[in-house]
Amino acid sequence: MTVSLGGSVKDPGSTVKTKTGSWRTFKPEIDNDKCIDCGNCWIFCVEPCISKEDGKYVVDYDYCKGCGVCAHECPVGAIEMVLEEK
Amino acid sequence: MPRGDVLHGSRAVAEAVKLCDVDVIAAYPITPQTHIVEDLAEFVANGELDAEYVLVESEHSAMSACIGASATGVRTFTATSSQGLALMHEMLFIASGMRLPIVMANANRALSAPINIWNDQQDSMSERDCGWIQLYCETNQETLDTTIQAYRISENKKVLLPSMVCLDGFVLTHTIEPLEIPDKDAVNRFLPEFEPAVYLDPDDPMTLGAFATPADYIKFRFEQEKAMRNAIEAIEKADREYKKETGRGYGLMEEYNTKDADIIIVSMGSVVGTIKEVIDQLKGEYNVGLLKIKAFRPLPKERIKEVLKNARVVSVVEKDVSIGLGEGGLFSEIKGILYNLDERPKVLGFIIGLGGRDITQPDIRDIIKLSKKAEKDVVDEVHWIGLR
Repeated sequence: MTVSLGGSVKDPGSTVKTKTGSWRTFKPEIDNDKCIDCGNCWIFCVEPCISKEDGKYVVDYDYCKGCGVCAHECPVGAIEMVLEEK
Repeated sequence: MPRGDVLHGSRAVAEAVKLCDVDVIAAYPITPQTHIVEDLAEFVANGELDAEYVLVESEHSAMSACIGASATGVRTFTATSSQGLALMHEMLFIASGMRLPIVMANANRALSAPINIWNDQQDSMSERDCGWIQLYCETNQETLDTTIQAYRISENKKVLLPSMVCLDGFVLTHTIEPLEIPDKDAVNRFLPEFEPAVYLDPDDPMTLGAFATPADYIKFRFEQEKAMRNAIEAIEKADREYKKETGRGYGLMEEYNTKDADIIIVSMGSVVGTIKEVIDQLKGEYNVGLLKIKAFRPLPKERIKEVLKNARVVSVVEKDVSIGLGEGGLFSEIKGILYNLDERPKVLGFIIGLGGRDITQPDIRDIIKLSKKAEKDVVDEVHWIGLR
């Protein structure tokens, strides 16, 4: 992000340029062998950063802030919050 | 042709605002500022000033309305005092952070509790870190001239920061003084039409004051400090050009008898008039000068150091105190400016005139006598004048 006069932003939709994934301390990792495809993680993700690709749930780490709601809501414990190595 | 008149300080501010063709005025009344905005309301109602006058329910809203209006690229004004300024507190940071050249008159007044409507400078001193230019005035004429200059300074593209013109409540606002109102053509030459650098336009949408993450926020604050440093030059440039048009100039500060003075008093606002008078009376008896601080933000630190470094005693006379530190803000800052000199003057602080208590010539004489004593003897660093 460049420093603009008074924090002015002239491009609409430029929020996507701010990669909020850098705020994360723990990252969610999905174990696809345990996953029962209930869709809870996709429903509850507040960003939303979980999508389904080729039949599997994947996390968008560019924007996932690591809140852990997905891991909390997973009924089979298929999502583990792992300390981020930076 | 300039016009001679005899006016209250408040009316002088209103006349200045009228001359600056302000587009939007948003204000809420508070003593001792009220008749500034009453006069402006009258000008707008009479058709003497073509401005939008926004009646708001509080000072927080007055500043918010000025921020909104200024963000669309028009010239804005408000005036306040004491509790009103305190209520604006969070919006003051937003105005400076969004780099909006709003001009506000602050009629300096004590803060409650206990309730007190009279003059001191605690209100604006408490807002010194909010990123606003602060210019303190000695006379009604200076207040009028400074209000006009403030638009030129704030709208300078290298500055783009809001300005607070500080005039002592009652001492200036309610005191009648002969003064000169500049010619409209002279003001037009001095103050060109406002050309905003960025502004909100429905046909070309953008966001102002948007989000900055921890990685970037500090850069925005640093840019504000750079702009404030640029304001030092902008104030001097505006003052020079104003002097060309009107014959009057004030600079960043004024030195009165400071050359080779053993004692230099540092102060700001209307009280410097009394101090000058006493210095004249004591000529030959005491070698004492005065440094009048006009620009408190930006504070011209290097210039101040140059003026004060050869004095034996520097005595800071001010109408505010930081409770818990036990000293006034200006005193702390002057001490800080001088601290890294190899040889530095003694610095004394005098807290005086709080809540409108008169500051008399005998008070100033006592301060000078004590300062003289401090040349040789150990005296207390801070003195509260008028406890009884």
